[in-house]
Amino acid sequence: MSWAGKILRVNLTQGTCTVEALNRQWAQEYLGQRGLATKYLSEEIDHRVDPLSPENKMIMTTGPLTGTMASTSGRYSVVTKGPLTNCVACSNSGGFFGAEMDFAGWDMFIFEGKSPKPVYLSVMNDIVELLSAEEIWGTSVWHTDEWLHAKHQDPMVRVAAVGRAAEAGCLYAAIVNDQHRAAGRSGVGTVMASKNLKAVLVRGTKGIDNVKDPAKFMNAVNAGKKVLADNAVTGQGLPTYGTQVLMNVINEIGALPTRNMREVQFEGAQSVSGEAMHEKRASDGKPNLTSNAGCFGCTIACGRISTVDKGHFSVENKPDYWGSSGGLEYEAAWALGPDTGVDDLDALTYTNFLCNEDGFDPITFGGTLAAAIELFNMGALTTEQTDGRELNFGSAETLVWAVEALVKGEGFGKDLGLGSKRLCEKYGHPELSMTVKGQEFPAYDPRGIQGMGLAYATSNRGACHLRGYTVASEVLGIPEKTDPLETEGKAGLVKAFQDATAAVDSSGLCLFSTFAWSLEDIAPQVDGACEGDWTAERMLELGERVWNMERDFNMRAGLTAADDTLPKRLLKEAAKTGPALGCVNDLDKMLPEYYELRGWTSDGVPTESTRQRLGLS
Amino acid sequence: MVTVEFKLFATLMEYLPAGAQDHSVRVELSEGATIFDLMDKYRVPRTQAHLVVRNGIFVPPSQRKTYPLQDGDVIALWPPVAGG
Ligand code: SF4
Repeated sequence: MSWAGKILRVNLTQGTCTVEALNRQWAQEYLGQRGLATKYLSEEIDHRVDPLSPENKMIMTTGPLTGTMASTSGRYSVVTKGPLTNCVACSNSGGFFGAEMDFAGWDMFIFEGKSPKPVYLSVMNDIVELLSAEEIWGTSVWHTDEWLHAKHQDPMVRVAAVGRAAEAGCLYAAIVNDQHRAAGRSGVGTVMASKNLKAVLVRGTKGIDNVKDPAKFMNAVNAGKKVLADNAVTGQGLPTYGTQVLMNVINEIGALPTRNMREVQFEGAQSVSGEAMHEKRASDGKPNLTSNAGCFGCTIACGRISTVDKGHFSVENKPDYWGSSGGLEYEAAWALGPDTGVDDLDALTYTNFLCNEDGFDPITFGGTLAAAIELFNMGALTTEQTDGRELNFGSAETLVWAVEALVKGEGFGKDLGLGSKRLCEKYGHPELSMTVKGQEFPAYDPRGIQGMGLAYATSNRGACHLRGYTVASEVLGIPEKTDPLETEGKAGLVKAFQDATAAVDSSGLCLFSTFAWSLEDIAPQVDGACEGDWTAERMLELGERVWNMERDFNMRAGLTAADDTLPKRLLKEAAKTGPALGCVNDLDKMLPEYYELRGWTSDGVPTESTRQRLGLS
Repeated sequence: MVTVEFKLFATLMEYLPAGAQDHSVRVELSEGATIFDLMDKYRVPRTQAHLVVRNGIFVPPSQRKTYPLQDGDVIALWPPVAGG
């Protein structure tokens, strides 16, 4: 079992909520969360649908292990067609919301249509209602969360909401749950707001009572927890320094994209690193980092809780930002810092607070601002378009002004909400957008980490580190070290990471567990919980099936092999410093082999025999 | 003699001498000294240095006790870390 077996279908146009049984045959083929919800989406929508039309659907989904005793089991995903990319979008988030969905007895909420007026969905176990959100429309995620908690008079309710960025049409708006955790990428929050759905509130008191073999499951879970505790990365490294420890690593190896990816090393990296977050400030003797934090059931606890220096210009006379809140993760710190050239930790932390408060993706925001600054530097943008502001690399004032403009959704803030692809097209320089399939890169320069170039180019949701994190092998030596400047063997490495990741994302577990766990550790946990026989081999095949299904979705949406590419800058402009000096990304050496290994034609289309092997209709 | 720059990050920072700036210290060593010699000088436990990087390039464990440091080398060390 372990699947709750129940889906809530919410028709926002008609204002109806209906209960459906989960398709258990699909659950055996796609497991849950990313895989299973993408199957539902792919079966139910026209792939060419406008992502912001009522005909698009949005699915909130848990995995079969979400909410169980397994470590890192607090994950849920939002699956829809993304407005930033026009591809399948699947954004994964932690916190406590996902587990609460399971405690209330639901595997998925499927939202369709568009409500005539702003509403929120309230789920109290089996009691589900669509209620008016008119009073909170136009307010932030944090305000919405507070308002709903006050209204429902239950401190234990969990809330996932959109903020003002989504309402203003920012194409990379996030859905933020538990105030600091976000389904952040590809604009899933924009889809939610387009349906006039402000928030989803859940309270569940049923617990998880349908694990297939409780004794077997607990044995596997305990063995898994021991592996995490004994592993130096998940037992010590991540809790102490969080993901932000990578800032100095990636800078040192010359793969830290800097100033809109014009350079690969940032002179200010140390000032915005995980180590810097531990340093005491001169003003009040306190460090930026207050504590670490964990999502539901997590024994790693990599999350960051931080403060901004009260004397910093960004929070002057703004007491709302003087307390502790969700701190910087590496990808956000990179996008807001090195990519815009800003080395002011307080400015980055404040900007990150706003990304959580009003719900938008800091990676795409930072990448878009970096592109805007480059456009400004070359004169393609002037103060006429930027509300009289000069945009400069390295300026904390530019960063803080820009993020506040985005939240207001006015003037140039509206342009920033387009994402860099549309912004650069609008101002005549599409080549300055550092994106794949319309989505901005994360924090690894593919000139210095070759495999990541292939991972970005072929990612089904646009440039992304969470679809095939070969950095683990190419830089960190997990599970084994490969040469980051070498292209040979990277096609196989990327495929292996992509398939394994798709399997983990379909389980309800956090991808960060895989710094210690392999599918050999995860499969027994799934097997103890779920009907059927679950082995590592079956999980890997499931991951491959999910990957091919997503590929199929995108091709039906109109994408082609021509979209499996990188910006010219990364293919033609060589790195200027560091070990990758003189290197570009050699995508053309890896892509044909990748297609072949995948069982795709030279045009990147899954062949009939691949489809049959994987059971794709 | 060779002069190298030695950088320690994350939990290995505690092995830096007092007054070290930017995670870094300049070190003079005799010709032929290896990365292990450098680590021993600052009492960095060999088992804790997971990621060893010379001028930005990973040094496999097998070379840490054989590779002779060159004048101007930058050696950076991390314990097991990860992110994403
Ligand atoms: S490892 Fe970090 S992100 Fe993953 S579940 Fe634990 S606290 Fe959350």
